[in-house]
Amino acid sequence: MSGVHVSTTINGDAVEFICNADEPLLDVLRNRLGMTGSKEGCGTGDCGACSVTVNGRLVCSCLVLGAEVQGAKVETIEGMAKGDKLHPLQKNFISHAALQCGICTPGFLIAAKVLLDKNPNPSEEEIRFGLAGNLCRCTGYDKIVRAVQATAKEMRGA
Amino acid sequence: MPLDTNFTNQKFKQVGTRPLRPDGVDKVTGRAKYGADYNAPGQLIALVLRSPHAHAKIKKIDTSKAEKLPGVKAIITSADLPDLTGGDRGMRDMLENCMARKKVLYDGHAVAAVAAIDQTTARKALKLIQVDYEILPHVTDVDEALKPSAPVIHNDIFTEGVEPKPTKPSNNNKRASFGHGDIAQGFKDADIIVEHTYKTEQTHQGYIEPHACVANVSPDGQGELWVCTQGHFVYRNQCAALLGMDISKLRVTASEIGGGFGGKTHIWAEPLALALSRKANRPVKLTMSREEVFRCSGPTSSTSIDMKIGAKRDGTITAAHGVLRYHGGAFPATWAEFGAMTAFACYDLKNVKSESIEVIVNRPKTAAYRAPSAPMAAFAVESAVDELAKKIGMDPVELRIKNAAKQGTQSSYGPVYGPIGIGATLEAAKNHPHMKAPLGKNQGRGMACGFWFNFGGQTCADLNVTPDGTVTLAVGTIDVGGSRASIGLMAAEELGIPYENVRVVVADTSSLGHNDMTDGSRGTFSTGLATIAAARNAIKVLCARAAKMWDIPEDAVIWEDGHAKPAGTNAGNFPPLSIKEIAAAAGNTGGPIAGHNELVADGAGVSFATHICDIEVDPETGRSTVKRYTVIQDAGKAIHPSYVEGQYQGGAAQGIGWALNEEYIYGKDGRLQNAGFLDYRIPVCSDLPFIDTMILEIPNPNHPYGVRGVGETSIVPPLAAIANAMSNAVGVRMTHIPMSPPRVLKAISNRKH
Repeated sequence: MSGVHVSTTINGDAVEFICNADEPLLDVLRNRLGMTGSKEGCGTGDCGACSVTVNGRLVCSCLVLGAEVQGAKVETIEGMAKGDKLHPLQKNFISHAALQCGICTPGFLIAAKVLLDKNPNPSEEEIRFGLAGNLCRCTGYDKIVRAVQATAKEMRGA
Repeated sequence: MPLDTNFTNQKFKQVGTRPLRPDGVDKVTGRAKYGADYNAPGQLIALVLRSPHAHAKIKKIDTSKAEKLPGVKAIITSADLPDLTGGDRGMRDMLENCMARKKVLYDGHAVAAVAAIDQTTARKALKLIQVDYEILPHVTDVDEALKPSAPVIHNDIFTEGVEPKPTKPSNNNKRASFGHGDIAQGFKDADIIVEHTYKTEQTHQGYIEPHACVANVSPDGQGELWVCTQGHFVYRNQCAALLGMDISKLRVTASEIGGGFGGKTHIWAEPLALALSRKANRPVKLTMSREEVFRCSGPTSSTSIDMKIGAKRDGTITAAHGVLRYHGGAFPATWAEFGAMTAFACYDLKNVKSESIEVIVNRPKTAAYRAPSAPMAAFAVESAVDELAKKIGMDPVELRIKNAAKQGTQSSYGPVYGPIGIGATLEAAKNHPHMKAPLGKNQGRGMACGFWFNFGGQTCADLNVTPDGTVTLAVGTIDVGGSRASIGLMAAEELGIPYENVRVVVADTSSLGHNDMTDGSRGTFSTGLATIAAARNAIKVLCARAAKMWDIPEDAVIWEDGHAKPAGTNAGNFPPLSIKEIAAAAGNTGGPIAGHNELVADGAGVSFATHICDIEVDPETGRSTVKRYTVIQDAGKAIHPSYVEGQYQGGAAQGIGWALNEEYIYGKDGRLQNAGFLDYRIPVCSDLPFIDTMILEIPNPNHPYGVRGVGETSIVPPLAAIANAMSNAVGVRMTHIPMSPPRVLKAISNRKH
């Protein structure tokens, strides 16, 4: 199969890669670019573990083709911390014990960031529906919702 | 020196606090490496060809076309995995489950595996492998499989535990019975009897991370395996045995684990990856798809349970009898036995009998799922007890308190209890504000209790004091939910040093002695014991070194707050020596300072919980929503309360999913119809409320800190708690789990007519 050449921006860095025409963005990130922070839980868009943003839009990277991000701006979990400074969501997920095994955590963080970018003061219900595309099997979501609530409060105060 | 494991009621400085977990930053930045996140240079990609049939003879497998495909480096079938198990039935079943031999026994059973230069090539190769099957009749239902007309899946299985031994093979591999007293008399003495047959459907642990491994075997017989597992030592031992390798030559490194809940206690595709690597002489990466995880890893049993409980009008239970049928999938197992042992464990019963019937069906080999077998048994018992309370006109909590097991009770499964928490959780439930909160229209409140044994097992810990006085601690149990934090806390507590100065790592199998599987809620309990012992051994060395530095006898030195101190004024007048000072001098006082421990962690304290839940049922659709949920559970001692709460909440959420939604659906063709998260729906964030927790601490007398395992019991009560809430909300008694909208709607409509 002849590869598709793609120029894109990932976490602010210019990136070029060659991928197969039928290759999901998730496989490009994980297998070609070594960015294994986005996880594959299902490969069918049901679990949200591979969540990234493409031009600011929250997507399952297993459902987007690598070839589709030509000229786009992609943000992944690897770009969430700025230098050695964790994003408040990252900090609060740790301090609120909002992760157990942690496999779903990158996807939740990406989805939660998109949620708070759009809605800095979400209700509990808005948080729960905003994160309903991400599966977590360890926590029962309790501490995740609390971590997002705490972050929203903190960021509004900042 | 052996550890004195008696509870000492010591006052803690760090245990019970909530420090940050050591793996937190790695996990929020995407840096943590899980099973599929590792790649070896030059690795091949493996895929597995799986049976589309529920039951069939393999007449022929032709791999010749696939072998010729450029880029294919190795293909294996059962011929590449000779039976080296020497008559060990359990190991042989494991081998046969990893790769079908003469027959395929379930939809998804592996028949061949390919390693190729990339996924595309491997996928093409699978299509070129031709398997000739002779389709056999199949059976996937636990009750159907016991009928005389059912196809017999193994012709060498004769029911164990019945006299005389059957002469005909069957799908019932074992029967057993537990209990005491005279149930016939007990039922005669009863004023009211409740009797039903309850059914629960098969569920999956639903860990978000699919099984993944990278195997690397060399022609010299040495090998390495990177794998997500709940027990890398057990995986090592089993893989080595199946592949004819020396155990010492297979080094297994456990990745971070993306959830297990019992489902990563069994080997599945790891021996295939190792065999492919050996054949190709290249590293091989094998990752299951989500569909494969559902079709061919190890979900739990579906069950069918006859339950009969009788009581006096004053609420005293006079007799209880259960007959529990659980399937083990396509291989003999003893899951019903676990169910029978746990069923009545919450109660102090004069006359009790629980019988287990193990069933073999054409479904994947059942694995453990969090408190394996207990939730289904508790569903039957706790539903019946609730109905009994209703018939007597007694508060269901009061009826349970009246019959609750206590210290000195002979449990239904044999042992006499020491101090236990069932009574305390019930009293706490009775007094909980949740019990008094008002309910709305179509809402109902239910409660139920649960029990789990907990387990200890073989465990090691190696604690090393580094030259700057900070400490590394190598452990052999997997961190499934924050145990590195709790274990680090215990080491810090013993040594009297800050938590941040202890670095806990999960060691690979070549760096530490054998550790049993991380199951039975044993991680913090058993590795905690080994850690306390290792730390105390290190303290002895530290004191001896201080004695040397001061030139006084060793027994004249004591350890306090991270410092060696003279035991008294007679010992001499020396300023305390810190761990840092002693560590810095180690090169001149005898070399590196360490403490080790290897033990069998006996005395895991049994665990009890009581749950309360409010649900709302939409009578038009049958859909139920959990409005409020409270978990009350005895932790013995909560080392890191946040992660104890997390276990309570996570278990409850899994139980809620099981109660309301989750089920394996097999078609008439014996194929699984919902092998994906879209059709096998686990609870999402918007399905659940906050899950309130209450940690009780009734110390385990067999642990110096009083720790009991906390990981599993929380999945036991939800099935019945929700069924009981349903009964109170809309007046229907559901006896079939899950209580999915169609089933509930049907029950509501039957009630109306």
